[in-house]
Amino acid sequence: MDKMKNIKTELPDPSALKEEILKRYPRKIAKKREKSIVINDPDAIPEVQANVRTIPGIITQRGCTYAGCKGVILGPSRDIVNIVHGPIGCSFYAWLTRRNQTQPPTPDSPNFMTYCFSTDMQDSNIVFGGEQKLRQAIKEAYELFHPYSISVFSTCPVGLIGDDIHAACREMKAELGINIFGFSCEGYKGVSQSAGHHIANNRVFTDVVGRKTDKGRLGKFQVNLMGEYNIGGDAFVIEKYFKEMGITLLASFSGNSTIESYEYSQDADVNMVMCHRSINYIAEMMEKKYGIPWFKVNFIGANSSAKSLRKLAEYFGDKELIEKTELLIEREMARVKAVADRVRPKVEGKRAMLFVGGSRAHHYQELFNELGIETLSAGYEFGHRDDYEGRHVIPTIKVDADSRNIEELTVVKSETLFKPELQDKKLLLEQKGFKFEHYEGMMPTMKKNSLVIDDINHWETEKIIEMMKPDLFCAGIKEKYVVQKHGIPLKQLHSYDYGGPYAGFEGAINFYLEMERMLACDIWKMVDAPWKHEPSIMGSMVYE
Amino acid sequence: MLLRHTTATEYKREALTINPAKTCQPVGAMYCALGVHGCLPHSHGSQGCCSYHRSALTRHYKEPVMAATSSFTEGSSVFGGQANLLTGLENIFTIYDPEIVAVHSTCLSETIGDDLPQIIGKARSEGKIPLGKHVIPASTPSYVGSHVTGYANMLKAFVSYFPETTGTKIDQLNILSGWVEPADMRELKRIVSMMGLNAVVLPDTSDVLDTPMTGKYKMYPDGGTTIPDMVSMGDSWHTIALGEFCTRDAATELENKCKVKFSMRELPIGLSATDRFIKALRRYGKVSVPKEVEDERGRLVDVITDMHQYLYGKRVALFGDPDHLVPLTQFLADCGMKPVYVVSGTPGKIFTPLMEKALNGRVPEAKIMNGERADMFQLHQWIKQEGVDLLIGNTYGKYIARDENIPFVRYGFPILDRIGHSYFPSVGYLGGIRLLEKILGVLMDKIDATCPESKFELVM
Repeated sequence: MDKMKNIKTELPDPSALKEEILKRYPRKIAKKREKSIVINDPDAIPEVQANVRTIPGIITQRGCTYAGCKGVILGPSRDIVNIVHGPIGCSFYAWLTRRNQTQPPTPDSPNFMTYCFSTDMQDSNIVFGGEQKLRQAIKEAYELFHPYSISVFSTCPVGLIGDDIHAACREMKAELGINIFGFSCEGYKGVSQSAGHHIANNRVFTDVVGRKTDKGRLGKFQVNLMGEYNIGGDAFVIEKYFKEMGITLLASFSGNSTIESYEYSQDADVNMVMCHRSINYIAEMMEKKYGIPWFKVNFIGANSSAKSLRKLAEYFGDKELIEKTELLIEREMARVKAVADRVRPKVEGKRAMLFVGGSRAHHYQELFNELGIETLSAGYEFGHRDDYEGRHVIPTIKVDADSRNIEELTVVKSETLFKPELQDKKLLLEQKGFKFEHYEGMMPTMKKNSLVIDDINHWETEKIIEMMKPDLFCAGIKEKYVVQKHGIPLKQLHSYDYGGPYAGFEGAINFYLEMERMLACDIWKMVDAPWKHEPSIMGSMVYE
Repeated sequence: MLLRHTTATEYKREALTINPAKTCQPVGAMYCALGVHGCLPHSHGSQGCCSYHRSALTRHYKEPVMAATSSFTEGSSVFGGQANLLTGLENIFTIYDPEIVAVHSTCLSETIGDDLPQIIGKARSEGKIPLGKHVIPASTPSYVGSHVTGYANMLKAFVSYFPETTGTKIDQLNILSGWVEPADMRELKRIVSMMGLNAVVLPDTSDVLDTPMTGKYKMYPDGGTTIPDMVSMGDSWHTIALGEFCTRDAATELENKCKVKFSMRELPIGLSATDRFIKALRRYGKVSVPKEVEDERGRLVDVITDMHQYLYGKRVALFGDPDHLVPLTQFLADCGMKPVYVVSGTPGKIFTPLMEKALNGRVPEAKIMNGERADMFQLHQWIKQEGVDLLIGNTYGKYIARDENIPFVRYGFPILDRIGHSYFPSVGYLGGIRLLEKILGVLMDKIDATCPESKFELVM
């Protein structure tokens, strides 16, 4: 019996594979990578080296700070003109490529997400400075579109030549009378997209949240959803559940959102954090300033969706809300079960790997568990130690020079807007065992001997594929066809391969069906030509 | 409406670019370097540049696109990126073992003033570049030119590094292929061999960005111009450079370096440009044009005459890259169409004269614009002022096409939402037929979908 149990909870020891990977590296590199390649033990979580510099030349998955700031956090808001101050490329590559869907309420409602704005800096702007061009660009954007807000994003050369984008924003804000603010998110800052998330959180907190204080109550239960970016329509699904439950979603940071909604988001009774990595900063700052408690949710996976909705209902403790929530869960779980029962036998026992993002590599394991798919190995592209090991390690994380360069705001309690009653409520609930500000991280939920790799590179990807031969690999567009050429299907978890939604119960069903398509289909068996495994025909034609 | 804020009323812009018809240099350098066998492109800058460029190329080709980066941090931005490139090169050769690393700069490393040849020299003297391996620098600051310029600069870098003159001419031509698809490179080679000629095509992304599924991944695919082929270019009879913007600098460099004379031609897109390409092959290869080439030409002319009524007088808007737009516009005009709006974000004073020559007075109402603020927003505003029957450009055009209900043919870079461009050529006479098939397909689909039932045609 003991042996049976081991098979279920334990994977084979991957030490030899780790050695094999490290052997190829120059000594210094091997020493560094060794700390980022960790063999998991859920009972004694080992430390993972994360959020450290990528080694030049290793072919990383990572992008830059600008991508995290403009692409991830600010990109999905529709009522703002986002001007990228720099050469043309930065704005071009972030133009509609992340699949954030949006639904403006009317055909006339603003939506600038389909547009790409840039100051298209030329060499003369690099030599003589680009501030004047930026001011002019802001003015032109205003004259052309009269948007609700304008924001400006710094790219690499802007930081070097010393353009003061914040001064330009302040001046233009005074001149034009709309909110204009800037992000110093030069690509070279930090070590990955993660620094850009932080920079975006800071500025949205200081320059947007709390600008509108006269909104009044819009519903009985007011919430913000944070770190949900509406890739493939995920947010639409969650919004539907909230509506049915009678929950008023004030602001979503930032899928299907408006900047205007952020301005009164301080009126929320609670903040729910979906992607812990990209948005925990603003949740923490809002608690300090406005007293709004936050808790972690996860709408990926049917079970975690149910758990998250229940947690939300429990927070408000309203009988009717709890009843509605249970009804919704019961109804949806029946639908989910019907599909899961059909798909599970076809995919059960398949083995997956996930290397993506700052929370998706964890969240999607929930969906795999529901189908009986085993996770062999996982890691984040830009996660921190707390995303792996849990938030309790935060005090022990060493702040290095790269992180120190990203501003930590000093937040003070708002005299007028702080809501002590929410903090009282939090205390009461905590006594009952309700967990706020809690995230256990990825590793406690992963099996013993699963291989955790932070900032995986191309060499390591090739090696683990070759040696572990997974049935499915999850990563992004850059890895997609590399892995598939190995004959292994890859599911993109940034763009969902242009499918989805995968959030909520509806999303779980979509994902199950997608796994059925990818893992139980015939095409991968047809890679070799039919004559490849037949003996070659020897001989020649003879004419008589 | 997807582009609901775009109106017909123009407002004079001096600083703001909206919906660009170009991107930045490094992605072009990366694409060019992928067309060399055993070559790993390397982006000397922030890792975001490399990530964006690899993503854009991967989405366009649905193929692996490998490239490394110097992964600049704040420190490297202050003290320079030398240490990053030295470490990068050492790691690349140890871990990935390419034959060539093609390093291109970025706006970041250019603004700092990193000197690529100096750093590469240092890497060599410190033994970080194994014997027999090559590292090639190209300066590609993102704030100059466009992706097209980046391609041209990387091509020039290859040409200034590899070709050598032995003093003995070889019976071959050089073809500098310009920014076209793998299928086009393959087609160029087919045409050359139909003409009975030998040629080195540089770069050559066929069998690199259109590789077969075999269940075995190759980091360095079978295709790409090889080092011996590049070296031999210095002994070729002549160079035919295809596309003013992408290849003139490289052709000039090769002439200066190895005394191989060159002729500039457009990319052979459409009837007249392909005629000029064939004439160049005939003249510099000293061969006559075989019947099978004449037959292919004849088939293209046949299709044009057969379908002329559906093409004649149709107003067309185009955006994209100059080397594509010049011959494509001429082709449309040859077919009796009216290319009324042509926009390219790529700067260069020669664009307008080349376009005027291509149009040859046939479309006096044509509006042509390139360089800064020659963007898709401008093009859309023109379309709002007076509509068109057809839009040709990269995938971003689909937003205009849907809003304005215009038949749309995807052409250029990037194409993110359809396949085919990398597999079926649009150069040569055969490519001309494919272009017409696509154009007629969308024009006729619209007729079929919108004409009154009483006018619905079986035969067209």
